[in-house]
Amino acid sequence: MAVAEQVSKWEGSIDDLRGLVSERALTGETMLLNMGPHHPSTHGVLRLLLELDGEEIVTCLPDVGYLHTGIEKTIESKRYEQGVPLTDRMDYLSPMSNNMAFCMAIEKLVDLDVPERAQVIRVMLLEMSRIASHLVWLGTHALDLGAMSVFLYAFRERERILTMFEMLAGQRMMGSYFRPGGVWRDLTPDFLPTLEGFLDIFLAKVDDYELLLTNNPIWIDRTQGIGTIEPEQALAWGVSGPGLRGSGVNWDIRKAIPYSGYEQYDFEVPLGEHGDVFDRYLVRIQEMRESHKIIRQAIKKLETAKGGFRSDDRKFVPPPRSALGQSMESVIHHFKLWTEGFPAPDEEVFVSIESPRGEIGCYLHGDGGPKPRRVHFKTPSFMHISSLPVITKGYMLADLVAIASSMDVVLGDCDR
Amino acid sequence: MDIPKALDPAEAIQKALPDALQDVKTFRGETTLVIVPAQLVKVAQFFRDTAGLVYNYLSDISAVDYAEVSPVGSVIGISGRPERFGVSYHLYSMLYNRRLRLKVFLPEDDPQVSTVTGIWPGANWLEREIYDLMGVTFVGHPNMKRVLLPDDWDGHPHRRDYPLGYETVQFSFNVDEILKHKPFAKE
Repeated sequence: MAVAEQVSKWEGSIDDLRGLVSERALTGETMLLNMGPHHPSTHGVLRLLLELDGEEIVTCLPDVGYLHTGIEKTIESKRYEQGVPLTDRMDYLSPMSNNMAFCMAIEKLVDLDVPERAQVIRVMLLEMSRIASHLVWLGTHALDLGAMSVFLYAFRERERILTMFEMLAGQRMMGSYFRPGGVWRDLTPDFLPTLEGFLDIFLAKVDDYELLLTNNPIWIDRTQGIGTIEPEQALAWGVSGPGLRGSGVNWDIRKAIPYSGYEQYDFEVPLGEHGDVFDRYLVRIQEMRESHKIIRQAIKKLETAKGGFRSDDRKFVPPPRSALGQSMESVIHHFKLWTEGFPAPDEEVFVSIESPRGEIGCYLHGDGGPKPRRVHFKTPSFMHISSLPVITKGYMLADLVAIASSMDVVLGDCDR
Repeated sequence: MDIPKALDPAEAIQKALPDALQDVKTFRGETTLVIVPAQLVKVAQFFRDTAGLVYNYLSDISAVDYAEVSPVGSVIGISGRPERFGVSYHLYSMLYNRRLRLKVFLPEDDPQVSTVTGIWPGANWLEREIYDLMGVTFVGHPNMKRVLLPDDWDGHPHRRDYPLGYETVQFSFNVDEILKHKPFAKE
């Protein structure tokens, strides 16, 4: 009885929604429907309050925050290097990208150089996590639209990438492999052969996915002309990544503001024409092929890349364990870095990288000491969910599932 | 198509709105223009629409709290800045491929500034997030409500004087003490 009471008691009042939903909802002419937070197609815990006229969406009000864990606040209480593992947990489908944004911000703030070899390793891993993330997206996107088998194939290939991450970082997902000044350790001997083996089969696998979907009439019916975003609209709402490029806007941060040596790689930026769900799908499929190209080039570059896997600047990077037995100076650096950390100036920097989902921006403000005063992540999922009301307007309820998943939202990324 | 020559943002704003610019800073190649809060919307509009600037993309808005906090967590001063709160707008120009940061400083009691949602609609949630976590109010915002935290949350966690909080580790000797404070679903 008590349970029934709780269920029937809605604590909010319709007045809270005044101005957010149309007048027709207040009179009961249109229907208010709650979707989520545990709906299988919300990719996490996203709640959508929908105002429906029949099956047509009049308003869509996203409600987020279920996964808010205060990562930014926690990082402020930790030393710079200790913040890296926390960034893994934001966008849990491509943790390396978050690591990268945070490490780059630290490196910019303290003016620390990254050796060439470390940069090549980083590019290689970033592109691997782009493939891994796009595979999860492809699988779940197809699953949302009723194509079950793609999910199984996509996860099969993703598993191989995660195994390679495990070889390097000891962890399949939350590796925290990127550190300020480079990466945690050098590539293991069995890593490159495994990667080569994966690259040899991967392009054929992408063709397989396309065979299942691209010309499939059901797939085309569900995706073409759905969720169209005009380029101006996408820019105004802060959409980035494949969502923006699906609308034909040629903005890829890897090309526009190259970081980690991306300017030395030869790759294309795939663009869509219509800005609908289908074009965003094609852009991501093509991006996987381009990532494949970049990794191939990175492997070749690795043979000639100079420097170690991590910077030798002992004011910021702890010495290797073997050095501790030989030099007093190393012991001092080791002790200083692991007890106190390194200080950063009381200034602010902003860096952004192209993650699989779009632009991850990291705003970092030092305070002169070993801990940041403020760190803020601009995450693509946050922006994409905030633009859902505009994109979904006027489409059918069933299209909402396609549109939301085509924007590739990850709620951990959104809520942080 | 002819692309107009890129203008220096600081010089351009000095010429067009001389009373809006307070300070210009450059750090690691990033330009920061400190703007008078009351002029922010005008300045933002200027930077988006003027030929030679065209900062058409709003990358991020972030707020920072400059309070100095004593070990017990009370505010004892402001560290080297004119006011306690700073709000940074990170603009990006796709045409000229460059970034710019606009910054406003807001006072400790009742920090508020006009919204830029009219210029970049994408600012909508970014401003709500700052309102939620830092307690800066954006005047004229279409829906100034908390976005990440529940509506009935007390305080603004990203302020420096907001305690981080922790959970006591549970052992057999203190489990009863801890469970006493934990809410459980009623039968």
